[in-house]
Amino acid sequence: MVVGVLGLQGDFAKHIDILNSLGETGVAVRKRQDLADISGLIIPGGESTTLSLLLDSQGLYDDIKLLLSDRQMPVFGTCAGMVMLAKTLIDAKEGQKTFGAVDISVKRNAFGSQIFSFEKDLIVEGIDSGVMHAVFIRAPYVVRVGSSVSVLADIEHLGERHPVVCQEGRVLVSAFHPEIVGDDRLHRLWLEKCVH
Amino acid sequence: MTTLEKDSSSNESTVSTGTMLVKTGLAEMLKGGVIMDVVDSDQAKIAEDAGAVAVMALERVPADIRRDGGVARMSDPELILKIKEQVSIPVMAKARIGHFAEAQVLQAIQVDYIDESEVLTPADEENHIDKWKFTVPFVCGATNLGEALRRIAEGAAMIRSKGEAGTGDIVEAVRHLRSINKEIKMLATAEPSERFAYAKKLAAPVALVEEVARLAKLPVPLFCAGGIATPADASLVMQLGAEAVFVGSGIFKSEDPSKRARAIVETTAHFEDFDLVAKVSRSLGDPMFGMQAKTADIKLQERGW
Repeated sequence: MVVGVLGLQGDFAKHIDILNSLGETGVAVRKRQDLADISGLIIPGGESTTLSLLLDSQGLYDDIKLLLSDRQMPVFGTCAGMVMLAKTLIDAKEGQKTFGAVDISVKRNAFGSQIFSFEKDLIVEGIDSGVMHAVFIRAPYVVRVGSSVSVLADIEHLGERHPVVCQEGRVLVSAFHPEIVGDDRLHRLWLEKCVH
Repeated sequence: MTTLEKDSSSNESTVSTGTMLVKTGLAEMLKGGVIMDVVDSDQAKIAEDAGAVAVMALERVPADIRRDGGVARMSDPELILKIKEQVSIPVMAKARIGHFAEAQVLQAIQVDYIDESEVLTPADEENHIDKWKFTVPFVCGATNLGEALRRIAEGAAMIRSKGEAGTGDIVEAVRHLRSINKEIKMLATAEPSERFAYAKKLAAPVALVEEVARLAKLPVPLFCAGGIATPADASLVMQLGAEAVFVGSGIFKSEDPSKRARAIVETTAHFEDFDLVAKVSRSLGDPMFGMQAKTADIKLQERGW
């Protein structure tokens, strides 16, 4: 099965490696024609403001929005990908668009500057063995979830718990980066539940 | 740095900040992007609007540091904080080589990356900063593989080829990238028994030499800096193996910074799409005038070792 990974900026190559190791065919999506044959799409980590701009200049934004809404294309977003798939953003940059594919509100850079980026073990519902080593890089978290959204993992920050892995229909989003430690379990979960 | 330990009394495990994974993680997220030098919050906004993945906050771009002479130091924290307020992308700042107290100040004001940079006047001609002591990640320049590995041994989480900053001449960046990648190729194809001799020749730890031989690349991301002035320059260094680019004087010393910045961002993302590079290269106005790197009185690349 051919799965696209938005390849404009960020750590997309690591997602492609994971897809290929799982027997899928991971391809970088940089142009509109790259969307033609894919059965699912991954939006990787990167800078969401840069990604928005590059999506627009290639005409990819409208195409992907249509694929996600009309054709119910399965999609998985990590970090910046979560930001771009959210319905609403807190502290969005002026004019920053999102795909609104999952009914959540997301706060960008929710933990602060890079010195507050961290790694920790986290319990994630629905994956083998249940615990993932999660790496959060200037990560977002979720501040509101819609009624049809399942929260698969959350984290405590300043005394409050915030969702960091959510699923709604064919959409999976994660605030951390399983791809940078080569952990394929969230990818497998998404492929099994949302793509196949 | 703290070590990760599972706390058996609850579901919450220890949180670890400032680990190498977290430090290189941010560099991973910047790949395929452009990091732009900016001297005030107006320029920072122009850079962010043009699609920069990060900005480097400094008082003078390298071309002006060359022109003005004098001692180039860390920027006023107030300037850096104003730029941090202006943008949501990561903000980097420069400390002098070996000036760990400047780095401590930059960490205290929570910059996202520190560039221990040869563009500033070195504070220590023998020792670079012990970067393992910091939570904030560091990027350091290198002209060859040995220099890159020494910086990584000191805790750098990103290497940028040095080039010759402030000249707008790409020749040194090309030399350094080619040098680093050629040495990596030689090392990766060498007999395992030859690695000790390589470590000696490169003046780098054996363990790192072994790692590079195994990975056939640096263990941290390799970006390019020093002399990028046009979209084609960015495409050139990306094709030579850079994973992202720093543009210093090349943007705000050009006639139309906003348009040029945007063109370099598009090119870096699509560096092998030559039709696109041709399209965005049209009518950008004058690039920075620049100077031939070989005629530069001060060779910034020779600072550090």
